[in-house]
Amino acid sequence: MAWIRRHLVAFAAFAVLIYMLVPNVIVAAFSFNNPRGKYNYVFNEFSTEAWTSPCGAQGICESLGLSLRIGVTASLVATVLGTMIAFALGRYRFRGRSATNLLIFMPMATPEVVMGSSLLTLFLMLGVPSGTGAILIAHIMFCVSFVVVAVKARVATLDPRLEEAAADLGANPFQTFLRVTLPLAAPGIAAGALLAFSLSFDDYIITNFNASPSSITFPMYVWGASARGVPVQVYAIGTVMFLVALVVVIIGQVLSSRRNRQVA
Amino acid sequence: MAETAVLSTGSAVAPSHRRRTWVPYALLLPGLLWLVVFFVLPMLTLGSQSLQEGNVDDGYAFTGNVAIYAEALGRYWPQMLRSLLYAGVATLLALLLGYPLAYFIAQKAGRWKNIVLVLVIAPFFTSFLIRTLAWRTILSDDWFVTQWARTLRVTDLLQWVGLTANDSLLSSKFAVIMGLTYNFLPFMILPLYASLERLDPRLLEAAGDLYASPRETFRRVTWPLSLPGVVAGTLLTFIPAAGDFINARLLGNTQTTMIGSVIDSQFLRVLDYPLAAALSFILLIVIVTMVAVYVRKAGTEELL
Repeated sequence: MAWIRRHLVAFAAFAVLIYMLVPNVIVAAFSFNNPRGKYNYVFNEFSTEAWTSPCGAQGICESLGLSLRIGVTASLVATVLGTMIAFALGRYRFRGRSATNLLIFMPMATPEVVMGSSLLTLFLMLGVPSGTGAILIAHIMFCVSFVVVAVKARVATLDPRLEEAAADLGANPFQTFLRVTLPLAAPGIAAGALLAFSLSFDDYIITNFNASPSSITFPMYVWGASARGVPVQVYAIGTVMFLVALVVVIIGQVLSSRRNRQVA
Repeated sequence: MAETAVLSTGSAVAPSHRRRTWVPYALLLPGLLWLVVFFVLPMLTLGSQSLQEGNVDDGYAFTGNVAIYAEALGRYWPQMLRSLLYAGVATLLALLLGYPLAYFIAQKAGRWKNIVLVLVIAPFFTSFLIRTLAWRTILSDDWFVTQWARTLRVTDLLQWVGLTANDSLLSSKFAVIMGLTYNFLPFMILPLYASLERLDPRLLEAAGDLYASPRETFRRVTWPLSLPGVVAGTLLTFIPAAGDFINARLLGNTQTTMIGSVIDSQFLRVLDYPLAAALSFILLIVIVTMVAVYVRKAGTEELL
């Protein structure tokens, strides 16, 4: 009993972890299902169909390709814009600083449905057609703030003396930035870019406001399928996404702990 | 040594940084311009759209029709209130569930720390629509979860509290709130973890040495020092949860419709732009007001 009391936190933590992971396990398990009927809710019989023909459901791979293209483009642009803002905030004193911070904070404090619908009203007024371009604009907009936060956290921990040392050794500001500052800030930039990609790749609510019938992203495909019947391939793709995320996060952890050891 | 000291104090970097005041503005310009044009400006067009009258075919004209706000609130206040309530309950539940896990990772996990952290972050990077669909399987009538809940009379309890309407778990308030809690839990855990990780374990030892009970230590040391994480986590959970409608649509029924769902369908299916814009604007004002009051009360303005 005393043992249980002493490890109460660990038990609670373990239970919560299970709560967080159960859906991923279900998704993986049901990717091997051969569902009876349209909905993949009851395990019927073992099948590897989803894995042998991942594009078997109509439109699924087109939507996946579109989401990947939008995710890569949006996260690249958002990372460049966000990193520039993070450096300005982390390295310089200037007027309008608190207003800038507020402007960065606001998109994170606004419900997605408000951002999506307000952007739709802007596009309606300007006559901007909905579709891939509109989705890209929206995704870059809501990703920038998250990149700023991730990069700023890293820039704040950098030792300014390293940059001074580079300057003392004759590097011009541009060389200093390229060969000292940027490599040191790289982990924060990478984290921001990954976060931006996953936010873009996973977004349904904002995307739905700006999409056209010819720009069906993967989340929109899944949403539509949830009403018509969910093909097993969705579960297989969900499992792959989870595995890729696991690998990426593990690599990130290994790199950062190795770096910490080097510093120590 | 003296030489390098002279060199670095006399370095050209610091003054030149100060002289080139245009550099930070040049760095800020493209990103902030993007946010102004595609985030701030849309808020204005949203407000303007709400005060226009007309229809999709003939176009809209600004008439300053403020009455639309009364109409919007009159028709959809239950959904608005419900959204805030569900989001509030889900936020509290996420805090209750997330705190022990964040505390465990930050202070107790030892060599398991990285593995647990990976398991917390990785699901967050996987499609949340698919994970929400998985809950439909887990909570469906045919599965053991519902069966066991029936055997253990949990379903009766939930029905008695009013969280479910019959002896199923799916398509109920319970399922929606559970789904919201689940989906936004990582947003709670990561800020909590960040502030609990900075907590010096020696402070906890010191509290123990000074005869504070574990409860007292938590109340007077751990909790106050984790407040920035609590504030950030509750905001990051509450705000998206209040606007979300995916959980309400996939796990709920017609009695659990949230305001996000109304805005979405008014904009995209009913095509009543002024009403939808008014609802969206009301949600924005409500959230911004609540966040401002909360942040001031919590006293942690430097969140980022």
